[in-house]
Amino acid sequence: MNNPIIKLRGLSKHYKNKIAVDNLSLDINKGEIYGLLGPNGAGKTTTILMLLGLSEPTSGQAHVCGHDATRNPIAVKQKVGYLPDNLGFYGHMTALENLSFIGRLNGLSENEAEIKAIELLDIVGLKNNMHQKTATFSRGMKQRLGLADVLIKKPEVIILDEPTLGIDPSGVKDFLALIKKLNEEQQLTVLLSSHHLHHVQQICDRVGIFVDGKLLANGDIPSLSKQLFNKNGYVTVLRFPSDRPISDQLEKDMQALSGAQEVIVHGNELEIMSTHDQTAEMVRYVVQKGYDLVGVQQKTYGLDEIYLEYFKNEKNLNVSNEKSKGVFKKTFFRKQRG
Amino acid sequence: MKNLKESLKRRFSESNGGNEVRSPLRVLLRKEVAEHIRSWRFIILLTLIVLTFIASMYSSLSNIKSAFVATDNSSTSFFYLKLLTLTDESIPAFHIFLSFLAPILGISLGFDAVNSENNNGSLIRLMAQPLYRDNLILAKFLAPLLIVAVLFFSLSFLIVGYAMYISGIPIEWQEVVRILAFNGMTVLYVGFWLSIAVLLSIRFRQPATSALTAIGIWLFFTVFFQVVINIAIKAFIPDPNYLSADKIAYYNEVILNILRISPNQLYVDASTTLLMPMVRSLGPVSMEQMAGAIPSSISLRNSLMLVWPQLSGLIAFTLLLFAVSYALFMRREIRS
Repeated sequence: MNNPIIKLRGLSKHYKNKIAVDNLSLDINKGEIYGLLGPNGAGKTTTILMLLGLSEPTSGQAHVCGHDATRNPIAVKQKVGYLPDNLGFYGHMTALENLSFIGRLNGLSENEAEIKAIELLDIVGLKNNMHQKTATFSRGMKQRLGLADVLIKKPEVIILDEPTLGIDPSGVKDFLALIKKLNEEQQLTVLLSSHHLHHVQQICDRVGIFVDGKLLANGDIPSLSKQLFNKNGYVTVLRFPSDRPISDQLEKDMQALSGAQEVIVHGNELEIMSTHDQTAEMVRYVVQKGYDLVGVQQKTYGLDEIYLEYFKNEKNLNVSNEKSKGVFKKTFFRKQRG
Repeated sequence: MKNLKESLKRRFSESNGGNEVRSPLRVLLRKEVAEHIRSWRFIILLTLIVLTFIASMYSSLSNIKSAFVATDNSSTSFFYLKLLTLTDESIPAFHIFLSFLAPILGISLGFDAVNSENNNGSLIRLMAQPLYRDNLILAKFLAPLLIVAVLFFSLSFLIVGYAMYISGIPIEWQEVVRILAFNGMTVLYVGFWLSIAVLLSIRFRQPATSALTAIGIWLFFTVFFQVVINIAIKAFIPDPNYLSADKIAYYNEVILNILRISPNQLYVDASTTLLMPMVRSLGPVSMEQMAGAIPSSISLRNSLMLVWPQLSGLIAFTLLLFAVSYALFMRREIRS
């Protein structure tokens, strides 16, 4: 498994007044789904462009499938399929024509390209719309056509830039399932960038959190939450009827439990963090005491929490996104001096 | 022999079955050509050119008889060349028309070559495919040129064929070469404007901006350039009344050379020389030089020699612009 198919070493990209990617080193193994997670403007797309040799890094190296992406982009592009975040097709051509055009560009003959295109359109579920002009396609259909477009070159790696953006929830579910299926069936390596946390959480084997050009954390989701919260992370939420306030006595009782570390009251909810799984114990206790328990929820740290926690650590959100320009400039200033 | 037959057969069946693998450039070219031909823009341009052509041919066909009676003094009549250039002054000859239609053709086929692809997101999709960037820009440049070449060659061959059919006059090889050269020149001239348009389409992100800029450049060269030169001449050149004949000739030459910065001028000079064998010089000619000359047409070789500077000027301009757009595009970071 220790065979990185994408290898980034000290990759940096500086624009005139901005550092888009800052000294990024990352390994992605063959056959895994890696999620690159970060807010808008974090440098995800820039990193991807450098992986494909579409943008030249200021320093550092990117190796994909054993080829240097900067020096030998054609070899990389033969093996990597890229689905950009807003992709366009030739609107006056049909889906099939669009697809077989890309197939021919990848060295397939006309017949092969067409056969392959029809096969892929079937896989992504667009067979019935094959002869429809792409100008009439919805966003979700375009995204699926885009996936077919990426697959027609039989890639080893597929890079998806914000693939779930602008698709409706059921579409997202299908799309992610399709990616997962392809990953399992064809041993494809998938690099997925997104700012949608739970989409990434659903399918990624490993996740990298990318903020302001830096990779802040890297690993699978349980280990990330461990790394981050430095706790064993068992949280139980007990919900009580909203018309009755939670008594101080109950709070104290909960704190008295052997494994409980912290008890927080949110209105009619009681959030208890504990060292081990005590949910059953708590419920039994509360019911015995005659409280009206209406809901119990066991909470594991999802990406949302991880994400927010990172922002908290990251100097109080001062780089949250590129739109708050004033704030951004300040950050930049600080960096230059530092 | 058998082997040859076999391989030919295989080759034939392969190309029949569509099984051959094409180079990316050819795939791109094919797509570009198909796209242009199916577009409304091209249909409008085609109509414009064809209508102009028909109008000028109509005027020349209806006047060609009188032209022959008046000036039939050389051994070769150049019927077909006259057909292409003759006019009754009501509308300009076809090659003069072309000197301002060709830029429109070039501009409109190229002004959104790169930026529209960039804007609708298909450029990045193309760039993620294993092809060199120059293939794309070459396809953007060569596809319209191919279409234009087919258009002009077929138009002129059609009219020559038609005239041959109705008149029965045999065509001379010299005329064939001259007409071919004229068409080549026209394609080159369109190529020049096309390279301006492609360059602007790389430079500007909005197709409207690049179209406007290209039209601005075209207007400048067709209308304002001569005005500006005339004003400048009045300001800088001394009063001709106090100059010797030598000096006047010298200044005339200078003015003409400045005017030749304008590509239209180059094209008009070159096409006139190619289509009218009677034209023997593009600059002023003194009485002494004319003294011993026989009023006959000059040979094809001499005509070609005469237009060579114009031709190389246009080629140089085109290549220069193409090189600039190439450099710009290669260094461009493409993002959607």
